[in-house]
Amino acid sequence: MVTALGAWTIKQLNDLGRVGRFLLRCLFQIIVPPYKLWPMVQQIHFIGAASVFVILFTGTFTGMVLGLQGYYSLRQFGSEGALGAAVGLSLVRELGPVLTALMVTGRAGSAICAEVGIMRNTEQIDALTCMAINPYKFLFAPKFLAAIICFPLLTSLFDVTGIVGGYVIGVKLLGVNAGAYLEGMYKSVVWEDVYMGMIKSLCFAVIMVWICASKGYYLHLNKAGFGAEGVSRATTQAVVLSSVSILVCDYFITAILL
Amino acid sequence: MSAQPAKNIAIELREIRKTFGQQEVLQGINLKVKEGKTTVIVGGSGQGKSVIIKHMLGLIRPDSGEIQVYGQNILTMSNKEKSEVRMNFGVLFQGGALFDSLTVYDNIALPLRERTKLKEEQIRYRVESKLEMLDMPGVGSKYPAQLSGGMKKRVGLARALMLDPKVLFLDEPTTGLDVKRSKEIYRLFASIQAKLSFTAVIVSHDAPKIFKLADYIALIADGKIQGCLTPEAFQLSDNSYIKNFVQETMGDIYRG
Repeated sequence: MVTALGAWTIKQLNDLGRVGRFLLRCLFQIIVPPYKLWPMVQQIHFIGAASVFVILFTGTFTGMVLGLQGYYSLRQFGSEGALGAAVGLSLVRELGPVLTALMVTGRAGSAICAEVGIMRNTEQIDALTCMAINPYKFLFAPKFLAAIICFPLLTSLFDVTGIVGGYVIGVKLLGVNAGAYLEGMYKSVVWEDVYMGMIKSLCFAVIMVWICASKGYYLHLNKAGFGAEGVSRATTQAVVLSSVSILVCDYFITAILL
Repeated sequence: MSAQPAKNIAIELREIRKTFGQQEVLQGINLKVKEGKTTVIVGGSGQGKSVIIKHMLGLIRPDSGEIQVYGQNILTMSNKEKSEVRMNFGVLFQGGALFDSLTVYDNIALPLRERTKLKEEQIRYRVESKLEMLDMPGVGSKYPAQLSGGMKKRVGLARALMLDPKVLFLDEPTTGLDVKRSKEIYRLFASIQAKLSFTAVIVSHDAPKIFKLADYIALIADGKIQGCLTPEAFQLSDNSYIKNFVQETMGDIYRG
């Protein structure tokens, strides 16, 4: 019993150390030359450009539902005028970065994990190592960079479409005064809120790529290990773990920055 | 201190042990790969043939033992030094291990693009001459998924040869190919080696055909190398494992 507990603890610590080293190596490889532009552009297309539609869609509807809920809640206190502030603040501070990160994790994170896992499965990663090509540099550095560039941009897009969605519902449909909506937002959303949202989205970018890529990269160390089942299990774990970590991390960043 | 290895030994394994889970796959492997020669490792499935190659490449760390490549112990090396040693290696993996997001051309050009400072024209020239050498002109624009098993292995071979390796590793080069295709691979291999005269390590269970290519044959059974002998000596060996293996694969040559 005690031995099992000890062995379990050692294994967990080992795993933690391994993925920690994975992150450090990736970040180190981002910094050192040579820099290659094209692989990063491809990843930006994959993680960023291909996610734009999903982000526009979810952003709009999140803003719309905020407008709706906010209006009926605020009306009880007779302060519909604060709708703009409520929608703006909740989007810029919380919902924008978090929902963007979750959507991109579902879309691109799962794909990253499956791709890397299959590369591990079919010895492509071994082949890279044997050709003396650093897999951290070749595979992961472009993904990290692309995510770090894309997440804040996608988050901004989410915020803007959300605010427009809230405006359409609040002002056009429910008849809140347009000036009050915009003025309230202008007064209450300050630069600190925007910074906070951007810092969050940067952290989420790193978390997403880190967890999804390392789950695929260390596929062969899993007990269930190889084969289609191994890849599917790793992908599921990667998405769940990334999403949970994003939400947990969100709490702590908020607690620190507020 | 370990003794200095003889000059003509490319790779040497000493007392390599490796356990996976509960099973000790390698129980003290001793093997010398001679420079410029072809060493074939044979043995039943699951005996650890591929594991031996992965040890030589430094992809797996043994639980104990020593691995020397050109007299240097690769287990004590930093990653950078290992990378430099691996520059001398070319590897054909079991499934080809081609990058499926890249075309055949890009696959073969990859080692040149990443590891050398050649201009794109020079790369193009070298890739195309390799493709021609391996009887595959004009497949450069295809993706690996569009190729047959035999083609994939040939592309893998072309990629492995791209940096003019001193040591070429082939992991099951003919598994999954029909007789005609595997003969083609063997013929190709023999003609390339005649031209480039590299050291080769081949893992295969395609005995006895593979014997024709071999300068030395090593049989792995029960976690140990039962003997690393010339093909003639191998077929006449007294070792009971080797005797059994020869009888199974070549028929009963001892009884008239």
